[in-house]
Amino acid sequence: MPAPEQLRIIFKHIDEPGYTNDIGCYLRNGGYEVLKKAVARKPEELIDEVKKSGLRGRGGAGFPCGVKWGLVDRKSGKPIYLIVNADESEPGTFKDRYIMHQDPHQLIESTMISCFANNVKQAYIYIRGEMPHGARILEKAIAEARAANFVGPNILGTGYSCEIFVHRGAGAYICGEETGLIESLEGKRANPRIKPPYFPAVLGLYQCPTIVNNVETLCHVKYIAEHGGAEYAKIGTPGNTGTRIFCVSGHVQRPGYYEFPAGTITMGQLLNEVCGGPLPGRKFKAVIPGGSSAKILRFGERFKGKRKVGTELVDYDWGVEDVPMDFDSLGMIGTMGGSGGVIVMDDTVNMVEALANINAFYSHESCGQCTPCREGSLWMKKITSRMVHGQARNEDAALLKSVADQIPGRTICAFGEACSWPTQSFIAKFGDEFKQYPETKKTAKPADAVALV
Amino acid sequence: MIAPAKPDLVTVNIDGQEIAVPKGTNVIEAARLVNVDVPHYCYHPKLSVVGNCRMCLIEMGMPAVDPATKAPIMDPATGKQKINWIPRPQIGCGTNVSPGLHVKTISPMVKDAREGVMEFLLINHPLDCPICDQAGECKLQEQATGYGRGYSRFVEQKNVKPKRTQLGPRVTLDDERCILCSRCIRFSKEIAKDDVLGFVDRGSYSTLTCYPGKKLENNYSLNTVDICPVGALTSTDFRFKMRVWFLKQTNVIDTESSVGANTVVWSREGTIYRITPRRNDEVNDTWLADSARVLYKAVKAADRLAATETIEALVARAAALFKSTPGAIAIVGSARSTVEEQFFTRHLATALKASAHLVSRVGQGDKLLISADRNPNVRGALVTGLIKTLPAQQLTDLAAQIDAGKIKAVVAINEDLAAAGLTAAQLAKVSIVYLGAHANATSAAAKVVFPTLTVFEKSGTFVNQQFRIQKTLKAVPAAAGATDDLVVLAQLVAAAGGAALPAELGSLWKVIAAEVPALATMTFANLPETGLVLDATPYAALPFVEGETLHYKPAQPAVAAATA
Repeated sequence: MPAPEQLRIIFKHIDEPGYTNDIGCYLRNGGYEVLKKAVARKPEELIDEVKKSGLRGRGGAGFPCGVKWGLVDRKSGKPIYLIVNADESEPGTFKDRYIMHQDPHQLIESTMISCFANNVKQAYIYIRGEMPHGARILEKAIAEARAANFVGPNILGTGYSCEIFVHRGAGAYICGEETGLIESLEGKRANPRIKPPYFPAVLGLYQCPTIVNNVETLCHVKYIAEHGGAEYAKIGTPGNTGTRIFCVSGHVQRPGYYEFPAGTITMGQLLNEVCGGPLPGRKFKAVIPGGSSAKILRFGERFKGKRKVGTELVDYDWGVEDVPMDFDSLGMIGTMGGSGGVIVMDDTVNMVEALANINAFYSHESCGQCTPCREGSLWMKKITSRMVHGQARNEDAALLKSVADQIPGRTICAFGEACSWPTQSFIAKFGDEFKQYPETKKTAKPADAVALV
Repeated sequence: MIAPAKPDLVTVNIDGQEIAVPKGTNVIEAARLVNVDVPHYCYHPKLSVVGNCRMCLIEMGMPAVDPATKAPIMDPATGKQKINWIPRPQIGCGTNVSPGLHVKTISPMVKDAREGVMEFLLINHPLDCPICDQAGECKLQEQATGYGRGYSRFVEQKNVKPKRTQLGPRVTLDDERCILCSRCIRFSKEIAKDDVLGFVDRGSYSTLTCYPGKKLENNYSLNTVDICPVGALTSTDFRFKMRVWFLKQTNVIDTESSVGANTVVWSREGTIYRITPRRNDEVNDTWLADSARVLYKAVKAADRLAATETIEALVARAAALFKSTPGAIAIVGSARSTVEEQFFTRHLATALKASAHLVSRVGQGDKLLISADRNPNVRGALVTGLIKTLPAQQLTDLAAQIDAGKIKAVVAINEDLAAAGLTAAQLAKVSIVYLGAHANATSAAAKVVFPTLTVFEKSGTFVNQQFRIQKTLKAVPAAAGATDDLVVLAQLVAAAGGAALPAELGSLWKVIAAEVPALATMTFANLPETGLVLDATPYAALPFVEGETLHYKPAQPAVAAATA
């Protein structure tokens, strides 16, 4: 079956020749028309449209956006804040950056629509610390939008006012965790908060109700406001509506970003047809489907079980290539759609070394608050680094698994899962390579092996 | 008849035991009530909850109800309502009880979680217990023994961090021992209101440190040492001095102000090594000022007085002095003496027909555990009837009487008359009988000197600013050549022709109870550890100087003198 055509609704103008990120270009392409219509509607209507759309968060967890908005405490009398989570830090993910760099006004318009729908008077764009260029672009774009009365006091003469501030992040992965982000935005160390009681929808920024949405998620809101929730829900598959942007990196012929209706494309179609398959003379070995914290898949493994199609349960028997790229299907086979960062590894990759790299990242990014994650992530890193650079022991695979098993579900935030899932899945899927690694090491390394951290 | 459950109580089930606890109680505290230990590090009952150590992970469940009908779902196997157990362990510190909450603290999941956390806490810990001051009172030791696996699988290099950072004049930090529980940071911010501590770096390399250019030097800095569950923060004063398991603990009252903070004095073989707070939720919570912790140094001070004569010889000389100056004797008692001593002082004043004076000490209150009144027992003097009005700052009345030649002898008890405003010339004009522990201008000028005891060498009671009578106990034996104040005072009363009074506290309290109406129902032995609040209404009109402190609000706005 051939791969479906790309459907670019969010990335419509990305890489379009002649398209610039200034407001003039955006307006020539129909920009801010949706906002003009939206502010004439009732805010509740817009929220209903989002609920109807079935839009799921694109930051990683896939939490339904309408439900998130529904949880916001609107009776407290406190101001409601909206935070745009632009701290895109999951390794393998590079979609929000392109939106901000090439189409910032799309984000600003979407943000304003979402703010209007939720009666938000103050929004923040929390942009990753390592993206200074993106921050400058956004600052300029907001100034342009403010000059055109799309942002600021009395927007388009409606009496509704809302400001957007860009806040540059503190340069840490954990700043993308919503409560860590809120702490960081408040000027503190980005230690995620305990939930309960600090659910952002009730006690978020400055202890006020707060909505934290990913950049891409908000851009979908603009599309929903324009076309209606029901229309949006027709894209993709039930439960996985709209489009998904896949950021494919690693050992494929044409890495890049591709936007497809969710659930319509399989892993095989994406990698082989869209991305041109493996590099010459190589074979796919493994793929991480949703950012580096998602559990890895091994080419050649089979996934069997029952799944719901409509109302019926049907059997499925998939290889990695057959898995539809949506939240639910990837969840069913024990990994996740996550942030859409598809990381492909071919047969030149040694999995112990790949894991050593991932562990180095996560041990560096643990905030250090909870004992299991703080100590476990560094321990796993020390083990894998020692295996690669020092002496590898036969018992290391079992030890790694045991350490990883002591982390998830026992920490304040999901970083515990993020840092342990790679180790758990690498050992589960490539345990043989870990066992053989002491032997493998004795033979010479590939000449082009990348130096590890 | 069984009283109906109060509406603010919530019934929870902990390891099969049902208990009703007040709403808002967390699972750790609820479990404590049924003697179930939920191990923890970062949680502290007097600080905010952060839930970061993950040691208090427990299994939790709620009774199952049908989502549609709200009817309970019964478990046919047990005949009881089914419990929906949450598949992930939850933190006990951050979970407040809710009606019907079920908790398992002994289950494979909880055991595994605790073993995991213990292992993680220990992998980068130096395990230097043999040279660590915390050994013996270390939560890491206790809980590793109770909940750890008992062996190590860690073969990597441990993290290296600063070993002896001087955070301030009194606190030393060993960062390698730190388990990053953040109790000290929260204490500094929330209680001491001196937000100088924080973590730098991240992950396992997180390091506790002071804000650049600042020091942990507030008067409550040593509380961080108390609440540090491990040996990371140690008292520079106590460091490497003594193993805690050799120390005897005695309950004492802090005498530096009228707050009357409860303390524990740690001593061995007659030597005091440290003073730490004793929890009293009505007085000092779990805190104690740093200044209260060095008071023990008075016991072995170089200027301690020691008798060169027998007590009988001294009493005989004092008696002769009393006889030679009839009707011209004044007594300067002390608001730092115990209730019992003040009771004796009153008797002595009566027997000698002498006027009784007290010296006030007023300073700045710190709104926490040091009040404006630096005398620990002004209210004791009121209750025992030694004084009727609040003491004056200076002994101006007495000075005038001495100058006028009306007073020829002064009995000074624990008070330096020179410090209280008498001139050397005035001291020279009178014959002085001095009772006190330390040498000063008055003892130098005195005709008779009775070396007596510091608060750590005697038992007795103090009445704090809340009119709470609290017991202090003898921590160490009397210094050589010093006699118990009560023994001296009893003999002086007898020598002055007063009633025979027992110096032993048990018998003495029978006399006190008979003579002092406010203390009528009490004995020394049955006074509770947390003290007993006396009726303050007879003294409501007095202009006490205290401002607001922890657990104390003045009945009336403090007079301007308090802050002057």
